[in-house]
Amino acid sequence: MTPQVTQYLQSLTGGALIGLSAILLLALNGRIAGISGIVGRLVQGHSRLINAAFVVGLMAGLLVYVGLFRTWPTLTITASLPLIGVAGLLVGFGARMGSGCTSGHGVMGLARLSLRSLAAVMTFLATGIITVTLMRGSL
Amino acid sequence: MKPAYTEALASLACGTLFGFGLSLSGMLDPSRVQGFLDVFGAWDPSLMFVLGGAVLVAMIGMLLVKTMARPLLAGCFHMPGKTKIDLPLIIGSAIFGVGWGLGGLCPGPAIAALPMGYGAIVLFVVAMLAGMVIHDRFVAGIIS
Repeated sequence: MTPQVTQYLQSLTGGALIGLSAILLLALNGRIAGISGIVGRLVQGHSRLINAAFVVGLMAGLLVYVGLFRTWPTLTITASLPLIGVAGLLVGFGARMGSGCTSGHGVMGLARLSLRSLAAVMTFLATGIITVTLMRGSL
Repeated sequence: MKPAYTEALASLACGTLFGFGLSLSGMLDPSRVQGFLDVFGAWDPSLMFVLGGAVLVAMIGMLLVKTMARPLLAGCFHMPGKTKIDLPLIIGSAIFGVGWGLGGLCPGPAIAALPMGYGAIVLFVVAMLAGMVIHDRFVAGIIS
């Protein structure tokens, strides 16, 4: 297999595990696995223990990966720190205003065939594509 | 065990699986997320496989969940109540997309990558929390 095919298979497998996690959270706790929702409820102080447990798990998942594969994932951050700060503000604000992010709308929303989530996904994909295209001067 | 503890354990397990899946998928890397959004440039389709795999598994799972009267560990399902496509949904998602493109980061991967100790990731998460609080404190009341 070419390195590219291996990479795509890894992405597909990773995605399948994300989907499995999301459906398990719904079947066990009756909750939608939306990260911005979980973090938002944590910040607001609702069901602190349950929401904090998920957030701790997210980080533990990376450590399990590192333990299993004996390597850290590669991260390439090109944006400057001020830009990262602005990006974080917009992501947090926008996710709360739009009632969800890539996980809640993108994974569970689409899986539930929610038109509201489809509209959200189309919108953030569009503005994300426009932003990167302008930033990189791709057109 | 108290119900809250079993729910928290389930939540921890699901979060761990989610974080592991994210790490495996390669989507902790902001440059690869931006590569996916760069459809007119050096396009990297990886995120499409991630989302495709996740939605497919969740969709099949939904068929099972729909047959359940209530979740295994909790009293009831908490499903999103809103169905109308309204202005806050569209404007919020548009703002989210701009931030997502600028940094190549969204809430899940940013939190999962925190243990790697990058200052930029920590800054992003702190700014994201601030953005959430600004919305909830000052804007949510005006919209609704």
